[in-house]
Amino acid sequence: MIMDDDKKVKKVGTAAIPDELEIEGKYSRSSLYKDAWKRLKKNKLAMLGLGIVIFLVILAIFAPLIAPYDPNARVKEDSALGPSSQYWFGTDLLGRDILSRVVYGSRISIEVGIVAVGISVGLGLFFGALSGYFGRWPDAVIMRVADIFFAFPYILGAIAIMTILGSGIVNIFIAIGVLGWAYFARIFRGSILSIKNKEYIEAARALGASNTRIIVKHIFPNAIAPIIVYATMNVGTAIIVEASLSFLGIGVQPPTPAWGKMLSESLSFIDIAPWMMLFPGLAIVITVLGFVLLGDGLRDAFDPKMKN
Amino acid sequence: MIYYILRRLLQIIPVLLGITIILFVLMYIIPEDPAQLILQKGATEQALANLRAKMGIDKPVYVQYWRYVKQLAKGDLGQSYRYRRSVNSILAEHYPNSVKLALAAIFIEIVIGIFAGIISAVKKYTFWDTLVTVSTTLAVCVPVFWLGMMMQVIFGLQLGVLPMSGMGDGSIRYYILPALTLASVSTAYVARMTRSSMLEVISNDYITTAYAKGLSFRAVIGKHALKNALIPVVTLIGLDLGALMGGAILTETIFSWPGIGRVIYLAVLQRDAPVVIGGTLILVLVFVFINLIVDIVYAILDPRIRYHKREANV
Repeated sequence: MIMDDDKKVKKVGTAAIPDELEIEGKYSRSSLYKDAWKRLKKNKLAMLGLGIVIFLVILAIFAPLIAPYDPNARVKEDSALGPSSQYWFGTDLLGRDILSRVVYGSRISIEVGIVAVGISVGLGLFFGALSGYFGRWPDAVIMRVADIFFAFPYILGAIAIMTILGSGIVNIFIAIGVLGWAYFARIFRGSILSIKNKEYIEAARALGASNTRIIVKHIFPNAIAPIIVYATMNVGTAIIVEASLSFLGIGVQPPTPAWGKMLSESLSFIDIAPWMMLFPGLAIVITVLGFVLLGDGLRDAFDPKMKN
Repeated sequence: MIYYILRRLLQIIPVLLGITIILFVLMYIIPEDPAQLILQKGATEQALANLRAKMGIDKPVYVQYWRYVKQLAKGDLGQSYRYRRSVNSILAEHYPNSVKLALAAIFIEIVIGIFAGIISAVKKYTFWDTLVTVSTTLAVCVPVFWLGMMMQVIFGLQLGVLPMSGMGDGSIRYYILPALTLASVSTAYVARMTRSSMLEVISNDYITTAYAKGLSFRAVIGKHALKNALIPVVTLIGLDLGALMGGAILTETIFSWPGIGRVIYLAVLQRDAPVVIGGTLILVLVFVFINLIVDIVYAILDPRIRYHKREANV
C-alpha cells in the first residue's frame, strides 16, 4: 500500500514533497517553497514573466498617474491620428488617446485574471476536496458534473452565461470563474487521492483531527503547488476569454476601456486606422505571455523532473 | 475491450442529459417571450396566448423539458424562433462548412506542427530550435481574433493576395486565412509535443543501435524515431479535431464564415433558444464521440489504459 502511494506521489509530481527531504527529516512547508523560489530565480524566462506581471499590476494600480490623458476624453480635431510624439499610440476615431486607453485597459484584464481565476480556484478546491477526500457518491456526482463542463466549448459556455446575466464586468467574473472550476477540482482531487492515505494523515486522524482540519492543515499545503501553477497559466486564458467576450460585444461595455472592446471598435477601420488594432492586441499578447512564462517557470520550479 | 467501450458509452448519456438540462434551464431563465420573438411587435395578446399554448411554453419548465427530450429522442431539434425553419435544416446547411474549415486547420496542424517539432528536436539548441520554441510560445499567447484581424490587414488589405472574408466560391484561397487562424494555437501545441516526444524517443538505446548498424540519419529519424514519437501527437490531434469543430465561433465571426459557430453566436444574440441548444448539443456530441474514439484507439494501442481505468474508475 505504501509502495503504491509512493508511486502515485511520484506520478503526481508537483504535489509531492521530494523524497530525499522526507527521508532526511527536513520536511517543512517553507523549504519546498524556498527551494522552488531558488529554482525560479535561476530561470531567466520565468523572471521575465514575473517582471511583465509586476509591471502590469503597477500599470493597473497607478493608471491615473501613468496615462498621459483621460482615457475617455474626446478631442474631435485629433480623431484617427497615427502614432506621434504627442500621441504615442495614436488616437481612435472619437479622438481618444489609445495609449491612455491601453493603460487603463490593463485594469480590466488584471481584475478579470485575478478575480475570475480566484472564483475557479475556490470552487475547484471546494469540490475537489469533497470529491477526493470523501470519495463514493460525492466523488461520482462531482466528477460527472465536471465531465459536463469539460465537454462544453469554453467560449460558447461563456457566451451563453453572458447572454443570460447581461454584459458587465461582474458577470464576466462569474462566467469565466464558473466555467473554469472543473480543471482545478480534478487537479486537487488527484493530489488528495495521492496524499490522503499517507501516514501523517492517518496520524492526524488518530489524534482526533476533524475532516476540515485534516484537509485545511495537512492536505491543502501539500497539494497546493500544482494549483498555483495551473492558476497562473489560467490567468492568461481568462484574459483572452474576457477579451474575446468584449470583442464579441457581450463583455465590458463602452466607454470603459478594455482591450478586447478596443479591438472590436477598430474592426471597421482597419483600412484607415490600423494602429487602433495594433496596440491593444500587443498589450494582450504581452500580458498573456507574462503569465504563461511565469506559469511554465513555476511548474519547473515546483517539480524539476517535469522540465523538458 | 467491449466492457471498456460499453462503459464509456454509458458514461456519455448522463453528460449529454446534463448538458441539455443546463442549456434548457439557461435558456428558460432568459426573460424574453419566444411567442413575442416569433410574432414580433404588434401581435395581439390572444394571438400570443394561442401560440404559447401551441408551443407548450405556458407549461412548467419540467414539462417543457420532458417534451424536448422526447422530441430529441426522435432526432428532432425543434423549430427556430427567428427563421421559421427546422433547426435540423439550419445546422445541416452550415455544419459542413465548419467541418471543412476544421479539416483544413487540422491539415495545417499536422504539416506545420509536426515538421516544426521534428526540426526543433533534431536540431536541439540551434537557431531553428529557438525559432520554433519562441514562435510556439508566442502563438499560444495571441488571441485568435487578433491574429485573424492582423492577417486580414496584411494579406487581404495591404498585399491584396487573399480574400478577407466569406467562403466565396469555396476555392482554396478562401480557406487559407481562416484555417491558419483557427489552427494557430493547436499547431503550437502539436509542435511542442512533437519536440518533447521526439527528444524522449531519440535518447533511447534502440536509436543508438540504429545509428550503430549504419542506418542513415533520415532512416533513423523517419522510420525508427518518428513512429513512436508520434503516438501522443496523434492523440492530441484527434482530441483537437473534436475541439476545433466547436471552437470556431471567433474565427467564423471574424471571417464571416458561414459555419455552425457563427450561426450559434448569432442565435445567442437573437435569443433563438432552439438553435442555440440544438447547435451546442451537436457540437458537444461530436466532441464527446471523437474523444471516445481517440480513447478507444489509444486503449487498443496501449492495454495498460483500459486496465488502469477500470481499477481507478476515472
